[in-house]
Amino acid sequence: MTGWWVVLATLALGTVIGVVKLRRDGRLRESGQNLTAHALGHELGERATLVQFSTAFCQPCRATRRVLAEVSALVPGVSHVEIDAESRLDLVRELDIMRTPTVLVLDGGGAVVKRASGQPRKADVIAALGAFLSHDPDEK
Amino acid sequence: MRADPRVLRLGAAVTTLVLALVLVTGSAWLLAVQAVVFAAGAAGRSPYRVFFRGPPTKTEDARPPRFAQVVGLVFAAAGLIGFIAGITPLALGATAAALLAAFLNAAFGFCLGCEMYLMIRRLLPAANMEVPQ
Repeated sequence: MTGWWVVLATLALGTVIGVVKLRRDGRLRESGQNLTAHALGHELGERATLVQFSTAFCQPCRATRRVLAEVSALVPGVSHVEIDAESRLDLVRELDIMRTPTVLVLDGGGAVVKRASGQPRKADVIAALGAFLSHDPDEK
Repeated sequence: MRADPRVLRLGAAVTTLVLALVLVTGSAWLLAVQAVVFAAGAAGRSPYRVFFRGPPTKTEDARPPRFAQVVGLVFAAAGLIGFIAGITPLALGATAAALLAAFLNAAFGFCLGCEMYLMIRRLLPAANMEVPQ
């Protein structure tokens, strides 16, 4: 009898986790961190940088790479940097990254404006960029 | 190495069913069979391949699902120890953890083992967990 209860409880828990994940995955949230080109090990984009943390054992990383590459090709001055999380565990701990892909949207100065864990939608990334690129006081 | 998504999806569904049966029947033998299937999957030789003829129209990276099979094998082995040693909480807990992962994969396409990879690496930075190609 215990076995039935364990099965039911596990499937109920799985359903809750699955539904929460479907709703929250890839959603871009506010963030207050900061990154420099030095810490990143890459040049920052002129107006914005899309930083993607990936690992080998990550199914959605490839699709995320495609989305971010498309956005950086579409919006001028935006670069896409992909970081192998395993080779930069220092940065992973500093930014408290728990999963891959994690995407950070940096402004031209390296401030982390938004971050998403899970694969973000292309429209959401463009919207996040648009929100601060249009109000950028330093825009040339 | 590439994996056939059809085989992965069927495998997750059958694994969910088998692990639920293990919990309901309390059969250590059935869990042992599932452990062997996990080991085969980790080696890239899932037995569920026999149900599909012809090459898949698309393939995906085999490393995430193979790593997840290793995680499944660890939980199945822990569950087996629990059943054999008569430690019921270990037997049920470890089997339930494997069931949770298989169910999330089958129902939502969510690879719990893959998601755990970075967290495990954060805790054990020196560990070499590469799945051999």
